[in-house]
Amino acid sequence: MKFDTPAGINPIDRMAVVGKPHDRVDGARKVTGTAPYAYERHDVVPDALYGFILGAAIAKGRITGIDTAHAQAMPGVRAIVTYQNAGKLTLGSKNTAKLLAGPEVEHYHQAVALVVADSFEKARAAAAAIHVDYGRAAGHFDLAAAAKSAKSDGGEDEDGSKSPPIDRIGDFAGAFAAAPVTLDATYTTPDEAHAMMEPFATTAAWTGDALTVWTANQMIAWTREDLATTLGLPKDKVRVDSPFVGGGFGGKLFLRADAVLAALGAKATGRPVKIAMQRPLMFNNSTHRPATIQRIRLGADRSGKLTAIAHECTSGNLPGGSPETATDQTKLLYAAPNRLTAQHLAVLDLPEGNAMRAPGEASGLMALEIAMDEMAEKLGMDPVEFRIINDTQVDPEKPERPFSQRQLIKCLRDGAATFGWSARDARPGRRRDGDHLIGLGVASAFRNNINFKSAARVRLGRDGVVTVETDMTDIGTGSYTIIAQTAAEMMGVGIDRVVVRLGDSDFPVSAGSGGQWGANSSTSGVYAACVKLREAVAARLGFNAPDPDFIDGHVRSGNRSVALADAAKDGDLVAEDTMSWSGLSRKYQQSTFGAHFVEVAVDAYTGEIRVRRMLAVCAAGRILNPKTARSQVIGAMTMGVGGALMEELVVDKRFGFFVNHDLAGYEVPVHADIPHQEVVFLDEADDKVSPMKAKGVGELGLCGVGAAIANAVYNATGVRIRDYPLTLDKHLDWLPTV
Amino acid sequence: MRAFTYERATSAAGAAAAVAHHAGAKFLGGGTNLLDLMKLEIETPTHLVDIQDLKLDQIEATHDGGLRIGAFVSNTTLSANPRVRRDYAVLTRAIQAGASGQLRNKATTAGNLLQRTRCPYFYDTNQPCNKRTPGSGCAAIGGYSRQLAVIGTSDTCIATYPGDMAVALRALDATVETVDATGATRVIPIADFHRLPGATPEIDTVLNHGELITAVTLPKPVGGAHIYRKVRDRASYAFALVSVAAVVQPDGSGRVAFGGVAPKPWRSAAADAAIPHGAAAVVEQAFAGARPTHDNSFKLTLAKRTLAAAMAQVRTA
Ligand SMILES: Cc1cc2nc3c(=O)[nH]c(=O)nc-3n(C[C@H](O)[C@H](O)[C@H](O)COP(=O)(O)OP(=O)(O)OC[C@H]3O[C@@H](n4cnc5c(N)ncnc54)[C@H](O)[C@@H]3O)c2cc1C
Ligand code: SF4
Repeated sequence: MKFDTPAGINPIDRMAVVGKPHDRVDGARKVTGTAPYAYERHDVVPDALYGFILGAAIAKGRITGIDTAHAQAMPGVRAIVTYQNAGKLTLGSKNTAKLLAGPEVEHYHQAVALVVADSFEKARAAAAAIHVDYGRAAGHFDLAAAAKSAKSDGGEDEDGSKSPPIDRIGDFAGAFAAAPVTLDATYTTPDEAHAMMEPFATTAAWTGDALTVWTANQMIAWTREDLATTLGLPKDKVRVDSPFVGGGFGGKLFLRADAVLAALGAKATGRPVKIAMQRPLMFNNSTHRPATIQRIRLGADRSGKLTAIAHECTSGNLPGGSPETATDQTKLLYAAPNRLTAQHLAVLDLPEGNAMRAPGEASGLMALEIAMDEMAEKLGMDPVEFRIINDTQVDPEKPERPFSQRQLIKCLRDGAATFGWSARDARPGRRRDGDHLIGLGVASAFRNNINFKSAARVRLGRDGVVTVETDMTDIGTGSYTIIAQTAAEMMGVGIDRVVVRLGDSDFPVSAGSGGQWGANSSTSGVYAACVKLREAVAARLGFNAPDPDFIDGHVRSGNRSVALADAAKDGDLVAEDTMSWSGLSRKYQQSTFGAHFVEVAVDAYTGEIRVRRMLAVCAAGRILNPKTARSQVIGAMTMGVGGALMEELVVDKRFGFFVNHDLAGYEVPVHADIPHQEVVFLDEADDKVSPMKAKGVGELGLCGVGAAIANAVYNATGVRIRDYPLTLDKHLDWLPTV
Repeated sequence: MRAFTYERATSAAGAAAAVAHHAGAKFLGGGTNLLDLMKLEIETPTHLVDIQDLKLDQIEATHDGGLRIGAFVSNTTLSANPRVRRDYAVLTRAIQAGASGQLRNKATTAGNLLQRTRCPYFYDTNQPCNKRTPGSGCAAIGGYSRQLAVIGTSDTCIATYPGDMAVALRALDATVETVDATGATRVIPIADFHRLPGATPEIDTVLNHGELITAVTLPKPVGGAHIYRKVRDRASYAFALVSVAAVVQPDGSGRVAFGGVAPKPWRSAAADAAIPHGAAAVVEQAFAGARPTHDNSFKLTLAKRTLAAAMAQVRTA
C-alpha cells in the first residue's frame, strides 16, 4: 500500500482499541522473567559456550603481537578468535570502525580477541591472560583542537541522501549586522553514552552453513545484511532474532562486535556461543552521541521578531563517520527571513560517534533553546511569548511547504497555564525557598517525524485469533502493544484475540526501532496488511459490499453478520503487505512539537542542582496508547535530566579514550533525581503522515529538556552555564556568598 | 578473575594466621568491594579467608560509656542501631549517605574502612597506576582528576579515600582494634589508620599482612549537633565530591572531618580550633598546603561552602 494522499476516514478512527491506555501485552512476561532476552536463550540453545571479549588497550596504532598460548592452555578454553584466525571480515555498510581490530587499532576497547570457554568465569580469566603488544600511533582526541581543521559536512538527510553542509536563506550577515538586538554565543555538549540496561548480547549457532543469532538489536534487516556482509555469507543464510531488547537508545541500531564474534566463536568451536559485553567495555567499544561545539547567532527587531538566525555545529568522528546533525531543528523551528545553518566535521580517533536518541535535535536544542532564553532576556520578553511570536506555520526555508500539523503555540500556552509559569520572576536569582534558589525554565521541543517502509504479515486462524508477524522490534517502547491494538482495531477483535510476533528476520521487513519512526511506520505496515486481510475475509465470506464493518469479532454489512472466525474455518487466511510513503513529506513538513517546563532548586551553599518538577506538553499526532507513550516521554525526560546535569563521557586527551567507562563513573539519574513528572498530549490526528494519523513521541520527550533545565538554573541563580553537563563546579564561584 | 582457594575461618586469630601464612591471601568481608576488584583483576588474591563465622557482628557498650562495633556488623545494622542514632548521629548519617540499601546490607564495618579508591584509572588495567601496579606511573596526574584529592597527595598518586563512614569515625575519634596471627592485639586511632601515598601509594593503611580488624570502638558520646553533609553530582548512589562530618557544641566549638578531598578522612586540630571563626577560617586551616589540580580546585570552594551549610544547619537545628 502506498501512502501518497492524506488519509480519509478509516477503521482506526473508531478508536475502540487504538488510543486506549492498554497495559503492555508483554508486561506479564517481563515481570515474571519469562520474556527471553538474547543472553538467556536456553529455551532454544540449551548448551551454549561462553564468550568474553578483550578490548584494545590503546586508542590508535597497531597490534604488533598477540600471544594467546597461555590463555589457550587454561582450563575450559575452547577457542580464541583474533584477526589472525578470524578469516576475512568485510566492514558492514553501517559500521565505521571494524568490529574486530587487527592489525590496526582504530579506537580504544575495539575488540581484539574473543575467548570461548565452558564458563563465563573461565573465558574471562583466559581473556586476561592474553598478551597483546601494540605500537601506539598519535591520534586526534580533542574536539576543540581538531575543530580548527574540521571540514564542512551536512550529514545525511532522513532519506539517506546527503544534506548540504551549509544552508543559506536571505542575507544572514547583513541582517545580523543590522539587528538592534543580537546574541552571539557558543555552547558545548559532551560525548554521551546510551548506557542502556541490557548490554550488547548475542547467542549464535550454526546449522551447517546457516547462522542464527539471537541478539539484542533495534534494526533486524540492517543487522542481517551487515552480518552477512561482514562474514561473507549470502543474506538468506543469516537469521537474526531479537524478540526482546533491554533498551537501545540507538546503541543497538547496528551490527556490533557481540554478534560478529559470537558467530565466529561458534564457527571455531562448532558449538553455540553466547556473549554479553561486560559493562566496562560498553562505553568505548560501542557508538556514542558525539560532542558538539555550537555557535548560535540571533538577531531580532525590538518587537522581538527574529530577523536573523545562524547555527553552526562542529562535531568529530572517525574517518568515514558522519557529523552530529545538531542544526537540523534550527532550519524549521522559528521564522526569520535571513538564515544560516552549517555543519562541520573534524577527524577524531575516539570511538565511533553515531545516533543516540533524537540524534541532532537533542544536542541542537540543548544549545538553541538556551540561546532563545538568552535572547528573550535581552529583549525583555517572556521566553514563552518570545517563542510564540516567532512561530512559523511553514518551512522557513521553503515557505511553499506548510507543516502537516503544528501546534507549538498551544503546547507552550497550555504548558504555561498548567505549570504555573506566571509565578516565574523574570529577574534571576530572586526566588528562594530556605537554602534553595528556585528557578523556572521553558524550552520548545521539536523532532521531525520520519516514516520508513514497513511490512507485516497477518493471519486469521480457525479459532478467530489474529497473528501479526513483522521484524519490528520492541526495545521497551511498547511496540507489541500498539501493534496488537492496531490489528485488533482493524480486524474488529479484542486485543486478547491478537498475537504479535516480532524481531525475527524470517518475518516481513519493518521500519525497525529508531528515530521515533517505529510506532507510526510499523503500525501503518500492520494496517496495510490488515486491509488486505479484510478484503480476503470479505471475499471468503461472500460479502459483496465494498467495505463491511469488522466489529466485535464479526463482519457486518447491512443486516448480514458473520463471525470473523468463519472465514478461516477451511484454513488460515494470510495477508502480507508493505506500507510505503511517497510525496506527502515533500509537500508537507512533518514534525512533532512540544514544550518542556521545569522547576529546579539550586542549593545556595553547595550549588547542587536538583529538578523539582517537570511538565511536557506534546503534540505528536494521534497517540496510539497514552500509557506507553507517556512511559516514553517520562523516560526521555529522565534522560534529559541526565544530559543536562550529569552525563558526560570524559575524554582523556592524551590516551584517547572515555575514562569513566562504567556506571559508577558515567552517572545517569537515579530515582532520587527524578521528581514529579507530568505529560500532556494534545488531541491530534495528522492525516498527512499515515493512515494511523500518528507520529513518533519516543524522542520528542528528550528534545529541549536539557535547555529547559539550563534555563531554570539560570533563572534560579543568574549564572548562565553554556557547557553541558551543568555540574556545580561551573557556577559555584558566582553563587551568592555564604 | 584469577582462580583462588577459599576457607571459612572459625576464630579471629585463626583467620589472621590463615592470611599471614599465605602470601596472596586476603580476608573476605561482605565482598562488595573485593569481589568487584577481583573480577577486574585489580586485586588478585590467591586465597580468601571468609570471616563471617567469627561472631564479629555484635555492637556492645564499653565500660567507659562508648560503643564497640564488631568488624562484621553491616552498615545497615550499624546505622540503624538506636544508640548510634542517638549518641553518634553523624555516623548514622554518613553511612546512610553511602552506596545503596542493598550494598549497605552486605557491607561490613571493617570492609567499609578498607574500601579502595574510586580513581577511574585505578579501575582500568590498561592504564598506568602506581596504586594498582607500583612503579607504572599515575595516569590521573595530567588526566581526568575531577573526583580526586586536593591535599595529602604525592607525585605518585592523587587518589582519594572514597568512603563516608570513616569520615564520621574520624570526627568521632574512633579506634580500630586488630589481632594478628600470634593473637597479639593492637588499637589504632582512626587518625593513623589510613596512610598518605608518599612513595608507596599501593599501601592504603597501616595494617600488616594478616592483621585482622576485630572491632571499631567509639569513645563515649561527645554530645553536640551531628551533621553529615555529602555533595555529589546526583542525588544518591554516588561518591562524594566533598563531604563534611561535623559535630558542633552549643558553645560553638566542635570538630570537623572532610571526605572526598584526600587519601584519608581529613581533619586537623588547627581546623577544629577555627570552628568558632566560621567555615572560611576552618577551610583555610584544614587545606593549608593543598595541591589541587585544574579539574578539582573547585573542591576548595566547595569544602568551604559545604561546611558553611553544615554550620548553618547547626544554627537552625
Ligand atoms: C556501587 C557502589 C557504590 C558505593 N558507594 C559508596 C558510597 O557512596 N560511600 C561509601 O562509603 N562506600 C560506597 N561503596 C563502598 C562500600 O561501602 C564498600 O564496598 C563496602 O563498605 C565494603 O565492605 P565489604 O564488607 O563488602 O568489604 P569487602 O569487599 O569484603 O572487603 C574490602 C577489603 O577489606 C578487607 N577486609 C574485610 N574485612 C576485614 C577485616 N575484618 N579485617 C581486615 N581486612 C578486612 C578485605 O580483605 C578487602 O581488602 C560503594 C560500593 C559500590 C559497589
Ligand atoms: S591517582 Fe593513584 S589510583 Fe589514580 S591513577 Fe594515580 S596512582 Fe593510580
